[in-house]
Amino acid sequence: MARKPLRLFGHRVHLQTVIAYLLAIAITIVMLLPFAWMLSASLKLDRDVFAFPIEWIPSAPRWQNYVDIWTRIPLALFIYNTTKLTVIVTLLQLFTSSFAAYAFAKLRFAYREVLFLAYIATIAMPWQVYMVPQFLEMRALGLNNTHLALICLQAFTAFGVFLMRQFYMSIPDELCEAARIDGMNEYQIWFRIMLPLSKPALSTLTIFTFVSTWNDFLGPLIYLTKTELKTIQIGIRMFITQYSTEYGLIMAASIVSLIPVLIVFLALQRFFVEGIASSGLKG
Amino acid sequence: MAPISLRKLNKTYGALTVVHDIDLEIADKEFIILVGPSGCGKSTTLRMIAGLEEISGGELVIGGDLVNDVPSKDRDIAMVFQNYALYPHMTVYKNMAFGLMLRKAAREEIDRKVTEAARILDIEHLLNRKPKALSGGQRQRVALGRAMVRNPEVFLLDEPLSNLDAKLRGTMRAEIAKLHKRLNATFIYVTHDQIEAMTMADRIVVMKDGHIQQVDTPQILYDHPVNMFVAGFIGAPQMNMLTTTITRTEQGFAARFAGQDLVLPRHLDPRLIAPYEGREVVLGLRPEQFYERAPADIAAENLMEIETLVELTEPMGSEVHLGLTWSGTAITAKLSARCKAREGERLALAVDMSGVHLFDPETQRSLFAPEPVRREMAA
Ligand SMILES: Nc1ncnc2c1ncn2[C@@H]1O[C@H](COP(=O)(O)OP(=O)(O)OP(=O)(O)O)[C@@H](O)[C@H]1O
Ligand SMILES: [Mg+2]
Repeated sequence: MARKPLRLFGHRVHLQTVIAYLLAIAITIVMLLPFAWMLSASLKLDRDVFAFPIEWIPSAPRWQNYVDIWTRIPLALFIYNTTKLTVIVTLLQLFTSSFAAYAFAKLRFAYREVLFLAYIATIAMPWQVYMVPQFLEMRALGLNNTHLALICLQAFTAFGVFLMRQFYMSIPDELCEAARIDGMNEYQIWFRIMLPLSKPALSTLTIFTFVSTWNDFLGPLIYLTKTELKTIQIGIRMFITQYSTEYGLIMAASIVSLIPVLIVFLALQRFFVEGIASSGLKG
Repeated sequence: MAPISLRKLNKTYGALTVVHDIDLEIADKEFIILVGPSGCGKSTTLRMIAGLEEISGGELVIGGDLVNDVPSKDRDIAMVFQNYALYPHMTVYKNMAFGLMLRKAAREEIDRKVTEAARILDIEHLLNRKPKALSGGQRQRVALGRAMVRNPEVFLLDEPLSNLDAKLRGTMRAEIAKLHKRLNATFIYVTHDQIEAMTMADRIVVMKDGHIQQVDTPQILYDHPVNMFVAGFIGAPQMNMLTTTITRTEQGFAARFAGQDLVLPRHLDPRLIAPYEGREVVLGLRPEQFYERAPADIAAENLMEIETLVELTEPMGSEVHLGLTWSGTAITAKLSARCKAREGERLALAVDMSGVHLFDPETQRSLFAPEPVRREMAA
């Protein structure tokens, strides 16, 4: 059944492998194309952005775009706001998720499974369904136009609890029991045994949370109307005015806003891949 | 001083009772082993003593104090788990020192105790490694070391050797026995390996379905099992159980099997046998009671000649296990390796009747076992 292997650069490879690789490369190119376009557009004048045929490498790259974005809108402030929100939300989510997950995975209490299921079921409810009532509630609490509103909303995540709990379930109970006999209380077990062991899961959750909070558009759009509170994702909209849209600048600012996400992902992706793989094993 | 008393200890999961009214007195510094088939409640009992499992009913007294509601860490116990449960992210040293650090012991004291334990267990060269980089036997030693440094009154061990290979298990068996003498602590040990139980225990507790069957020294358990379950559980190969009828002969009572009267030895109390005259009893014969040529020290009156057919031979080196049929009933005999019987041959054997066991087929109890103490009377 196995075909005769081909020789490629001195390596023996099977035809299936070659096809699989070609397919993977093709898909990769399709996925990366918009980014390439974005990068290229960020170095163009507005009137050239939609010129056809697409000039992938601008003949006269307009680096000035990357200078203008900082002065035309308060981009630095937006980045500061976004960073602040993202870091706080991510840390809080890591804390609340792993904390709750420890209880759901390792402690025994009445109605544990029911509570967990009920909590997890909230994942199925799209935010759009309850975002308006939630907004009204927040406004009633006087949190409209504050970062605190977004932080409160996003500090808890059923998905994070689920992810962490699945990971904790794979850690043998005996480890907690040994720790209890050694004299630790549950908080110490969580902090000194569970957290150090759950780096892969924590990294995975960090990536998910960081990326989604950083890129969040709808949340800031609803809650933050004052310019000085805005995040990048809604701040960039200031390049769109009633009369014109400055695509070159939008793309340049987008590129800048992409950098932190890339850094976080690359720094943690080793654990991330590991985490996905090991949680896959547990089924 | 830590004698331990289990008084009518119960464990229930909802409507399911997995440990029934366990009564057990464990003396200070005793090495006691819980054995029994899988699921009989050994681990559950041990975990109740450890404080890892809530006690559903009854009392647990350690060193004179009722500890039902005392948390594990205050019970002065240490536990060794089947899968070792070493902290994977800590070095061997830290694993052993951790309990002491939590108890705020002085640095020099921790260091002294860990080094001392490591020396006894011969793991000094491993102190800076992580558990991942250890073999099963080494992890086992670290787990023991972690228990030792705390100097507990009571060691609880749940199948600590079951993940080791046969040879290492033998070595560790001897080491644990040595450790027990050296540490001067009470050991409660769970296993389903009867060799471990027979070789290490001061007393063995045989359990079945959450009930204690018998508590005795290994030798008494082997010589005087109180019921058919204990008789079958202790000893390998298993005791042969034959359904016989009690008859009265000139030499005294006999068990009639396949038309042959097997005369029962004189030392058995005839008053306990008499009620069974003419009724069926189960005759228990250990494979070790069969001989090709009986040794001279067995009184002739206790030897019975029987005819068997060899079905299977299993040479074990020093001895040979024979699968035989005796008048259509399959039995096992353990003979010296000199026996040259081949499969398909007839073989005449002598049975040493002095070690027979007789069981009531209905209650499954030995005819000679003391009556079980009635709850109502004891209360
Ligand atoms: N959380 C639980 N809920 C319900 N039943 C349980 C629970 N834990 C244990 N059991 C039951 O209790 C019984 C005794 O379990 P235990 O672990 O004590 O057995 P064991 O004697 O240690 O067996 P093994 O030799 O297999 O370790 C088993 O029938 C088991 O199914
Ligand atoms: Mg068990």
